[in-house]
Amino acid sequence: MVEQPKIHLEHVGFTYNATSATTGAEPVEALKDVTLSIPPHAITVIFGPSGGGKTTLLRLINRLNDMLSGTRRTGQVLLDGQDIYAHDVSVVELRRRVGMVFSLPLPIPGTVRHNVTYGLQLAGMRDQTVLDNALVRSLQQAALWDEVKDRLDDPATALSGGQQQRLCIARSLALEPDVLLLDEPTSGLDPISTAKVEHSLMELKKHYTIVIVPHSVQQGARVADYAAFFLMGELMEAGPGRQVFINPKNKRTEDYITGRFG
Amino acid sequence: MCGARMNDQEQQPRREARVEPVSTARGLGQGRDHHWGEFLVENAIRVLGFSAIGFVVLIFLFLLQEGLPTFFRVELPILFGQRWYPTFDLYGTMPLILGSVLVTIVAIAIALPLGVATAVFVREVAPNWAREILKPMIETLAGIPSVVLGFFGMTIVAPLVRDVLGAPTGLTAFTGALLLAYMSLPTIISVAEDALDAVPKSYRDAGLAMGATRWQTIWRVVVPAARSGIITAIMLGMGRAIGETMAVMMVTGNAARMPVTADSLFRPVRTMTATIAAEMGEVARGSTHYHVLFGVGIILFVLTFMINLAAASVIFQKRRRGGLR
Ligand SMILES: Nc1ncnc2c1ncn2[C@@H]1O[C@H](COP(=O)(O)OP(=O)(O)OP(=O)(O)O)[C@@H](O)[C@H]1O
Ligand SMILES: [Mg+2]
Repeated sequence: MVEQPKIHLEHVGFTYNATSATTGAEPVEALKDVTLSIPPHAITVIFGPSGGGKTTLLRLINRLNDMLSGTRRTGQVLLDGQDIYAHDVSVVELRRRVGMVFSLPLPIPGTVRHNVTYGLQLAGMRDQTVLDNALVRSLQQAALWDEVKDRLDDPATALSGGQQQRLCIARSLALEPDVLLLDEPTSGLDPISTAKVEHSLMELKKHYTIVIVPHSVQQGARVADYAAFFLMGELMEAGPGRQVFINPKNKRTEDYITGRFG
Repeated sequence: MCGARMNDQEQQPRREARVEPVSTARGLGQGRDHHWGEFLVENAIRVLGFSAIGFVVLIFLFLLQEGLPTFFRVELPILFGQRWYPTFDLYGTMPLILGSVLVTIVAIAIALPLGVATAVFVREVAPNWAREILKPMIETLAGIPSVVLGFFGMTIVAPLVRDVLGAPTGLTAFTGALLLAYMSLPTIISVAEDALDAVPKSYRDAGLAMGATRWQTIWRVVVPAARSGIITAIMLGMGRAIGETMAVMMVTGNAARMPVTADSLFRPVRTMTATIAAEMGEVARGSTHYHVLFGVGIILFVLTFMINLAAASVIFQKRRRGGLR
């Protein structure tokens, strides 16, 4: 890669319940010495069997694991070459640059409009025209505008599951992040909604860096520009999507893709 | 017996021809035993359930039977008049109703912010070990008998109120409201805390991930998500406050004056519950006064019922919209 990676993980390790003296829970080493570069303006697929540490990895990139107690993190996570865990980094700023969409579509309480513009309002934006523009733009980018343009003031929970999921994507996009992290964003969706989400991802990657944990190997193969295969917290293989999914170098990757385990 | 038979079978070598019919027979036998037990338990529960409902209905009917004559014996303008002097056949319930309303509203105005803030603290801010200590302590508070609190109110709170305010007496509506607030706090805190606890962790993640600070996430995402539970908490606290008798009777001074002047909060007041409790012992059964006291009971019941109805409608509305997840 000639271009500077958008995100670079350097010998990253992460352990849950590392200081288990108080709780008595077993330590879980969720990530082990992971070194991985994520290129800009492309879709990077993180895949592998359950418990492999994929969610942990995504949550590390926008520091959602900070709130958990008793964890141990090693290594460095660089965003545009800058260590996001450095002392002078504002977590709130970071999370505005790195959006995250979760596997359960979870609108915050309130209307469709509120869900999309709320992040901007939190960031201190008061100008109504700016908010309205952001509302339209992000709903369009999430391929949801046509379906909700007459329902902007309905409660968000009145939307269908697929619409709610795209609403959550729009919510992240409203903040114009650099990076969009998606954790199994289509796990509860029907094939048509899934196709819509995938389609909008293809559009979005022109402007954003996208990291996605797919809900199936097939989906991974469909959207991947780059792919990384995780097994029990270890990075087994990473490279261009075509190569990883069609011509994997690692025996385990091949076994997993062809369905021999996992 | 059934179990023993099953074990025997499992020790036998499995042959398909045998396993089929035997297992069918076993299934039937078990089904019959099951059915009888089921029948008994089901009916026992049904009887208990219906008798509970039956008692409530009986009490309600009794209340109606004793209370309804009020509305024929006493003219309505007098009944809802401003003067409560039973000795002179003046049964104006307005001071009592307004007294209850005033004390209850002020109590809730005090308890609501405190209770919700405490619930947020216990659930969202306090470290685990502190929460483990705080929760049972708060729940224990709910168990303090109200007469004890009333005594505490008379000997400690009332003099304090008198000295601080320079009022002629410390037995005021405000003193009652303070005690009631204190009494409804445990209910409000623990119900609101449960509501916050029921908000999926992912709401917090969602708030944080969109760039909210921890406080913004708590106040603007988690608390609204728990809104219906918190409203229930308030309604339950209010129900407790409006129905409370003993403590209120001991500290509010019990003067049946209309609390309509600006300083009413710091003057004695008399509530519906206190009136019933204080006067029921001395009235002749069947007298007008006797019926009026039951009439006051009906009014109290209707008020409480309306509060509960309001709470329920808030919750149902929320459910219909799919807001509870
Ligand atoms: N909060 C937590 N506390 C303790 N252990 C955890 C926690 N979250 C995850 N783990 C453990 O860390 C390991 C990796 O979990 P992670 O959620 O990252 O896996 P995943 O690859 O996303 O799996 P899936 O495909 O099922 O979502 C698992 O063994 C899991 O049990
Ligand atoms: Mg996961």
